[in-house]
Amino acid sequence: MAGFDKVVSSYEEAMAGLSDNMTVISGGFGLCGIAENLINEIKKKGTKGLTFVSNNCGVDDFGLGILLPNRQIKKIVASYVGENAEFERQMMAGELEVELTPQGTLAEKMRAGGAGIPAFFTATGFGTPVAQGKEERQFNGRDYILEESITGDFAIVKAWKADRYGNLVFRKTARNFNPLAATAGKITVVEVEEIVEPGELDPDQIHTPGIYVDRLIQGTFEKRIEQRTVRPSEAEA
Amino acid sequence: MALSREQIAQRVAQELQDGYYVNLGIGIPTLVANYVPQGMEVMLQSENGLLGMGQFPTEEEIDADLINAGKQTVTMATGASIFDSAESFAMIRGGHVDLTVLGAFEVDVNGNIASYMIPGKLIKGMGGAMDLVAGADNIIVTMTHASKHGVSKLLTECSLPLTGKGCIKKVLTDLAFIEIKEGKFHLLERAPGVSVEEIKNLTEGELVVSGDIPEMTF
Repeated sequence: MAGFDKVVSSYEEAMAGLSDNMTVISGGFGLCGIAENLINEIKKKGTKGLTFVSNNCGVDDFGLGILLPNRQIKKIVASYVGENAEFERQMMAGELEVELTPQGTLAEKMRAGGAGIPAFFTATGFGTPVAQGKEERQFNGRDYILEESITGDFAIVKAWKADRYGNLVFRKTARNFNPLAATAGKITVVEVEEIVEPGELDPDQIHTPGIYVDRLIQGTFEKRIEQRTVRPSEAEA
Repeated sequence: MALSREQIAQRVAQELQDGYYVNLGIGIPTLVANYVPQGMEVMLQSENGLLGMGQFPTEEEIDADLINAGKQTVTMATGASIFDSAESFAMIRGGHVDLTVLGAFEVDVNGNIASYMIPGKLIKGMGGAMDLVAGADNIIVTMTHASKHGVSKLLTECSLPLTGKGCIKKVLTDLAFIEIKEGKFHLLERAPGVSVEEIKNLTEGELVVSGDIPEMTF
């Protein structure tokens, strides 16, 4: 690795330095746009006591859910969970700490964290359990709560294409939390479907500039679908 | 007779206007997309980062990278755009979405809504609901008027933890279309064949009935 070249040669190298009790920010919405292979690598490493900041926690055998059986996750900050049985069991047994955060607030916490903004006021959650213990203030007659931003020791991100400098392009709704997670990690690790040479991506079309990216690896992806919904094709209809 | 899920969706669809950007929640609200009046253009916002959600894909069109907020595979309508989650909620929180339709367990006379958490039961989370109710000005809540056991869900004060405070102004139940203002429910319309008396009996919070209440038409 030299200069701006962010490409690493193995998943082991991609996740090197991740240690017990660290905080990891993860992109993805449901199983869409998750860093499948980086999650597999964390499972393989067996790192424990991790705090994950992620919209969801995967399903039993895919995504972040695979880190549950070995108790690798101590805490999760998410907006919607419980798509898997082991998660439910650990949460009910008090073995897993869950901090439910409104989805937009979660996204903004990552964005603000990556942008050097320590906290922000939002009307979201005012007067609800989310507001407990948080500062409240009125602006123009409306009530807001103070939400602190989030940064992580690591961020794990899935993009579609990258150049070797770590400039990223996402594809369709697999973008979701990924560009925000990318900004909020001390070490941001990105896996992509294709790596091209610098200059091959149109600078106007880059979603995440390479400055946010520390390590880059090309992988192959299962891209599991959580809710397969179809309509009959024209011929059948 | 109480409205069916489809009829609730149909009545909500009458509130759509040409050129509206609309966010539809999971469940009955999703069905509203099936009743957009002909000749009207409406763009659906899906909070995972899609404006211009299309119909479900055919088997050949399925794309794992293209889902809606319910994690279902979808397609994109002509003129769609894609963005990240912070941008998506900037639209929502910033009040740029013209109409939001979502479900609830309870609403009360002060416009409070409880929709995400029943203490003691499994808590799955609020997803984007708290942002949606806090950010949108024009919200329609769709719900059943009362539980199967006849317990009202339109209350003086919500009993469950809130999703949002003082943010709901319109509620469409299987029995009635109701406006919330000045700390009271106001009956606007009733489901065909449902009497004002029946609605009153199943509304725990104060219900104002002024003049003749028309039946909904479809």
